[in-house]
Amino acid sequence: MFGTLSRSSKLTLLALLVLAILPPIFIWTGNSFYVDLATRLVILAIAAVSLNLILGYGGMISFGHAAYLGIGAYAVGIPAHHELYGGFEAIASFGGFTHIFLAVGISALFALITGAICLRTKGVYFIMITMAFAQMLYYLLVSLDEYGADDGLVIDARSEFPLINLDNSLQLYFVCLASLAAAMLIVRTVVHSRFGMVLQGAKGNEERMTSLGYNVYAYRLVAYVISGAMCGFAGALLGNFTTFISPEMMAWSRSGELMFMVILGGVATTLGPLLGSAAFIIIEEAFSSYTIYWHLPFGLMLMAVVLYTNGGIMGMKFKWRSPSAEKGTQENGTK
Amino acid sequence: MDTSLLIIQTLNGIQLGLLLFLVASGLTLIFGILDFVNLAHGSLYMVGAFFCATLTFALGSFPLAVLIALPLTGLVGYGVERFVARKLYAKDHLQHVLGTFGLILVFDTLTHMIWGPQGISIPLPAWLDTQVTLMKDVVFPTYRLLIIVSGLVCAAGLYWLVNHTRLGMLIRAGASNRTMVSALGIDIKTLFALVFAIGAMLAGLAGMLIAPITEAKIGMGNEVIITAFVVIIVGGIGSVKGAFIAAILIGLIDTLGRSFLDDVFKLFMSSSAAETSAPAISAMLIYLLMALILAFRPQGLFPPMVR
Amino acid sequence: MSSILEMKDLRKSYGGVTATDGVSLSVEKNILHAIIGPNGAGKTTLISLLSGAVKPDGGKIFFAGKDITSQPAYSRAKVGISRSYQITSLIMSMSVLDNVALAIQARSGHSFKFIKPAKSLTKIRSEALNILKQIGLADRAEDLTSNLSHGEHRLVEIAIALASNAQCMMLDEPMAGLGPEESVRMIAFIKQLKGSRTILLIEHDMDAVFALADTISVLVYGKIIATGSPDEIRNNEAVRHAYLGEE
Repeated sequence: MFGTLSRSSKLTLLALLVLAILPPIFIWTGNSFYVDLATRLVILAIAAVSLNLILGYGGMISFGHAAYLGIGAYAVGIPAHHELYGGFEAIASFGGFTHIFLAVGISALFALITGAICLRTKGVYFIMITMAFAQMLYYLLVSLDEYGADDGLVIDARSEFPLINLDNSLQLYFVCLASLAAAMLIVRTVVHSRFGMVLQGAKGNEERMTSLGYNVYAYRLVAYVISGAMCGFAGALLGNFTTFISPEMMAWSRSGELMFMVILGGVATTLGPLLGSAAFIIIEEAFSSYTIYWHLPFGLMLMAVVLYTNGGIMGMKFKWRSPSAEKGTQENGTK
Repeated sequence: MDTSLLIIQTLNGIQLGLLLFLVASGLTLIFGILDFVNLAHGSLYMVGAFFCATLTFALGSFPLAVLIALPLTGLVGYGVERFVARKLYAKDHLQHVLGTFGLILVFDTLTHMIWGPQGISIPLPAWLDTQVTLMKDVVFPTYRLLIIVSGLVCAAGLYWLVNHTRLGMLIRAGASNRTMVSALGIDIKTLFALVFAIGAMLAGLAGMLIAPITEAKIGMGNEVIITAFVVIIVGGIGSVKGAFIAAILIGLIDTLGRSFLDDVFKLFMSSSAAETSAPAISAMLIYLLMALILAFRPQGLFPPMVR
Repeated sequence: MSSILEMKDLRKSYGGVTATDGVSLSVEKNILHAIIGPNGAGKTTLISLLSGAVKPDGGKIFFAGKDITSQPAYSRAKVGISRSYQITSLIMSMSVLDNVALAIQARSGHSFKFIKPAKSLTKIRSEALNILKQIGLADRAEDLTSNLSHGEHRLVEIAIALASNAQCMMLDEPMAGLGPEESVRMIAFIKQLKGSRTILLIEHDMDAVFALADTISVLVYGKIIATGSPDEIRNNEAVRHAYLGEE
């Protein structure tokens, strides 16, 4: 069965396997701190995978993707808050399915409305507008005293699911890991479908795709909504993991970090976002344990990546294998 | 509604708008002529404020500090162009955004290392720390009035620079046709660096002017930069005139929204509902305006003629 | 014969420059109609107006009797107008086969299909491969488009036009930049396309135009100054004066 898989699929499965094996070992060896780290890594990877769909495959440079992480987390925190303290009966709940429904639904709706406006514009406008809409949400939540304003809100109870107990860190971790695997599979399937061909074609040459008869705007909007919904789901997991929500989760520097993960890992690859998130977590941990000024080396590194590499980690590897392969096309090249 | 409060808040809105214009004009010039997205433009706003703070304490005079901090901030802007931005022009917008995002982290952390985590408040000289009575019941801080005057002077100066000088002609030509400017035998690199330095000084000045009111603090640039983006999106990227009109519009809407929206809401909903929803809506007001304008004019109000 | 594509008083200017100055023209069905004119005559603008990439300032466009003036570009492709580009406009980051397959996919219903891999759709893939065979590029099908030569890019442009199987094909200078041998190949290929569909050809290469065209229109400074058979155009005084005389 493995023989029929492409090289990049094998690498992806291997990476997921490693992620499945390590945390139980961490627990048994008493290093539960690393399980938390791995959980955060996996959740960020889901967000990065979702961003990669529009940024990597669709060429839509969204600088507001953290907004969906925030929406997802608040979709856990707000219903739980009302369930505990009353008010807003319609959504008050500890129920996991309610939370997921709200996280995914509101994210999709926000993506649909803002995407419909953002996608009318191009280039720099698009970057700045996605950023501005995320910031709008940020200020909205800062102004809501009921949910802690900029101090944030502690989530007193995690989402409740049948059979699964998210208070158990290993169970939470495996839920996140399974979600990551599903997210990767979904994006991989979508980008190889006819829809995905149109999306990638529009990234390569929008005018050509239009003159072929594709309503590029509509295809991009659908991809934008899928991506937002997926990231909203990641946000719900993040809320359950941190049990704390604050507007800071959707600050634009968070969006910048997500972009960094996607670019560093290598855009338009299945494994790239995971590698990028892993690199980010490692950099953050490594530097921040030495110095409170860890953003300095991180910032310098970001600049170095932009100035001196072209296709991120995946790009470097594939460049070494086939110097002629252009950036952004590694995935197709491995077929 | 209280008329004198309305006048005062209108003046506050104009003051905010002019500060936004100082930041946005540099941003829009740099984008217009260099096709470069500079997220770190807000860092120059912050750097200006901190320079000014240190110099005010060293020299004991705020106006003198501003005069010295201005060229210093311009120099930092020049350095950013020379060592970072210049290497990024040939790359795409995505790389610009990521690279200058890295630059922001560097600036923020360096500021943290040099000046510490606390904000620094700048004392105003006694003659500025007063109030003027503009008309009956309208008392306005002298310093805010000074901000309005300096903002208008800068706007006029910039208008003169762009429309009536040789440099301005090159800037306008460069914005629409870069190869033509190089073909004229102009040293395009110097021109670019100059534009960057001017933009840095304008942003820095805004930071210096606001610092006595808010204090110089880390991250102040990251708040202003997004609003400045909204300004240039609404105004049309590359247009200084658009940036001016949009900045005043947004300054007014933001300020008036925050102070009067609850009164407006109370006209058609219960006062408790108005008090809960008004802050939320007013926080989003300028973004809603942006969305509305873009829905009808994706290129902003005053898109540059040729790009 | 009936006309399939009609322009009525089309106008377009950029800033102060008038690129299309009241063009009225009727293109008859299933013929090859060439539009010639000196550089800067507004030929590409005219194609862009017809394909919908550019909005006219005034005038109307009718296709098969229907007013399509306000239809967006993508829906014009759906009713049967395709275009090739003067400056090669391919999806360089995809394989040659993918470029052609996307053209076929475009006319095979909507593409909001998310699950089945596009590469498993044998009908589309084999049709695309057939077209590549016809133009002699079958062996480069799996290559990345950016790795092909300029001449090959021009052929892929035509392959895409062919794959879109449009009733009306607009070819914008297909010979541009081709060597003599490649030009001969291209002319032979366009000849094959003739008869079964309407072709609007914009071309600088006069030998090609006179070898291929049934009707020729001459566009000068955004105005059509003459329309007629190749012989009529050859002997038209105004045309010789305004255009051919310069060469």
